[in-house]
Amino acid sequence: MKTTRLLALAALTLAAPAAAQVKLNGAGATFPSIIYQDWMLSYNKTHPDVQLNYQSIGSGGGIRQFSDGTVDFGGSDAPMSDSAIAAIQGNVLHIPTVLGAIVIAYNLPGVSQQLKFTPDVIADIFLGKVTKWNDARLASVNPGTSLPATDIVVVHRSDGSGTSFGFTDYLSKVSPEWRSKVGKGTSVNWRVGLGGKGNEGVAATVNQTPGGIGYIELAYATSNKVLFGQVRNSSGKFVTPSLESVTAALAGVLKTLPPTTDFRISITNPDGADAYPIATMTWLLVHKTYADIAKAKALVQFIWWAETDGQSRANELGYAALPKQLRPWIESRLKSITVDGKPVWTTAAR
Amino acid sequence: MTTLPVDPATTPDAVSAPAPTPTPQAEWRTLRGRNVGDRLYRVTLTALALVLPLLLVTLLAELVIGAWPAIQRFGLPFVWTSVWDPVAGVFGAAPMIFGTLASSLLALLIAVPLALGVAIYLTEFSPKWLRQPIAFLVELLAAIPSVVYGLWGIFVLIPFLRSYVVPPLRAALGWTPFFSGVFYGNSLLAGGIILAIMIVPYIAAVSREVLLAVPANQREAAIGMGATRWEAVWTAVVPYGRAGLIGAIILGLGRALGETMAVTMVIGNRHDISLSVLQPAYTMAAAIANEFSEAVGDLHLAAMFEVGLVLFVITVIVNAFARLLIWRVARGTAVGSRAL
Repeated sequence: MKTTRLLALAALTLAAPAAAQVKLNGAGATFPSIIYQDWMLSYNKTHPDVQLNYQSIGSGGGIRQFSDGTVDFGGSDAPMSDSAIAAIQGNVLHIPTVLGAIVIAYNLPGVSQQLKFTPDVIADIFLGKVTKWNDARLASVNPGTSLPATDIVVVHRSDGSGTSFGFTDYLSKVSPEWRSKVGKGTSVNWRVGLGGKGNEGVAATVNQTPGGIGYIELAYATSNKVLFGQVRNSSGKFVTPSLESVTAALAGVLKTLPPTTDFRISITNPDGADAYPIATMTWLLVHKTYADIAKAKALVQFIWWAETDGQSRANELGYAALPKQLRPWIESRLKSITVDGKPVWTTAAR
Repeated sequence: MTTLPVDPATTPDAVSAPAPTPTPQAEWRTLRGRNVGDRLYRVTLTALALVLPLLLVTLLAELVIGAWPAIQRFGLPFVWTSVWDPVAGVFGAAPMIFGTLASSLLALLIAVPLALGVAIYLTEFSPKWLRQPIAFLVELLAAIPSVVYGLWGIFVLIPFLRSYVVPPLRAALGWTPFFSGVFYGNSLLAGGIILAIMIVPYIAAVSREVLLAVPANQREAAIGMGATRWEAVWTAVVPYGRAGLIGAIILGLGRALGETMAVTMVIGNRHDISLSVLQPAYTMAAAIANEFSEAVGDLHLAAMFEVGLVLFVITVIVNAFARLLIWRVARGTAVGSRAL
């Protein structure tokens, strides 16, 4: 009985390319859109019967379109809230795809050494409590650097963004005052500073403003030669942001997680001696149950390909890859996706 | 329109003494209904004419529906409270409303003298061979994408303001509230200047057309009475075209109110009200462009819709006010008054 069904399914799969093209539409976060486009292009070359399409309209828009059923899958830099999940009867899985790091970029004429920042100083700068570059607390962790008495000009994102979410999530963890006064979100009520639109807006404003400080995606900062500092992690070590240190950060977090996690986790300020503390994760949002078997199958296959073969493209494109330990966890989530109560994951999916 | 006789049914004469022979009006009425092609034509044109007002009403309805949760939650204080906290779900749009009006006003203050100067020079003083090239170049400014203006603002205008304009400004006027505080670069001043450059071509082009339409005998009469060319322009030409010139300015203002990209790149995007033009500010259009796509919470989204609604209402008020102004100013025979 079971074998005949499998055979039928296999026959269906074999016949599918000739019969019809599968079109999968997605929309959401802008941060991972570069690697998603890259994945979809390469995947389409080996699977010409599957057409994938991703529109980078922002996490908020992605969650909305996914919840309304306008798209087959969504993308988001911030996990869905409990109420948003309840609104679609819990029919969602968060699948992590790639990681990113957020760097503290600054522009301080006359200072050539890489500056070191402690979590409390970063929080107080963005709260507007530390206002001069020669602040005693900043000077104490940067011995040997003569800091000028320049005003600090804070630059934050003006557009809602996953980068802001990751950064404010980090500040909420390291500063109780930040948590109670500002909190975390894709856009928050900034206490001080200028708003720049996009990573490019923040980078340009920091670069053009003597005394400027801001937060930028690592990929953007390295490709545009923006100066950024080291940040002290939870083990007390100052770490220079790098893609490897972010992958290490998630590996550290995984040890403390139950295998049944829904992946709506935060990887900022993790344990681990070499972990860079301001790390972000981005998710694909998929349904637990689909109506169309061909679509569900193609989607599961694509995601599994992205989580395995696709990961090798990450570093080159400026993203941190997922640690290998995560694969069996993701596999079990993909296996739980069903159509008519039957899982769509078959051996053919590999 | 004016040659058509008055509808007989509504005039007292027609009621008291019904005419035995059909009036041309009645004859026209019976004929009008006969031709199918004409009827179809009339229906099509009516439908087309109604599409735009209908679109406007739909837009308004859509904005109100989208904004409804925020309207219910915050009520009228939405327009005069200043806290914008998406995390806590508290929204007040006063800083953005202030920023929109202030940046547009600043833009007009800079752009109007410049644009009128260009228009007057081109129509009254410039040698003939120079008119077309200058007019063309000014209008070319309108063809530059606004994101390019924004980049130019970040990399050229702001450093220029920081080094050469703001220090003397503060030395001379730093004691007034309008030029106080630390200058970071991104500011209301930068936003106003960018907007001014963007609206100059619109105001200049329309003003030029208006001034060109002023009859030559206005100038000849003024000069014949012994006026200098300067006096002729200010006593005979500009007053004659005043309604059209106000229309040109309002067109520029409308554009300034809605401009998004260039402004958001240089204005600093700060939810704050400060009288000083050196401080960062925010505009409604910029806020919508910035936050709409990542507005995760329902209330945040509704607040964004309400900002759009407020912008819509302000634009309508500005246009109504402009109409009123033109109507009051144009009670004489003024060029452009009929066109507007």
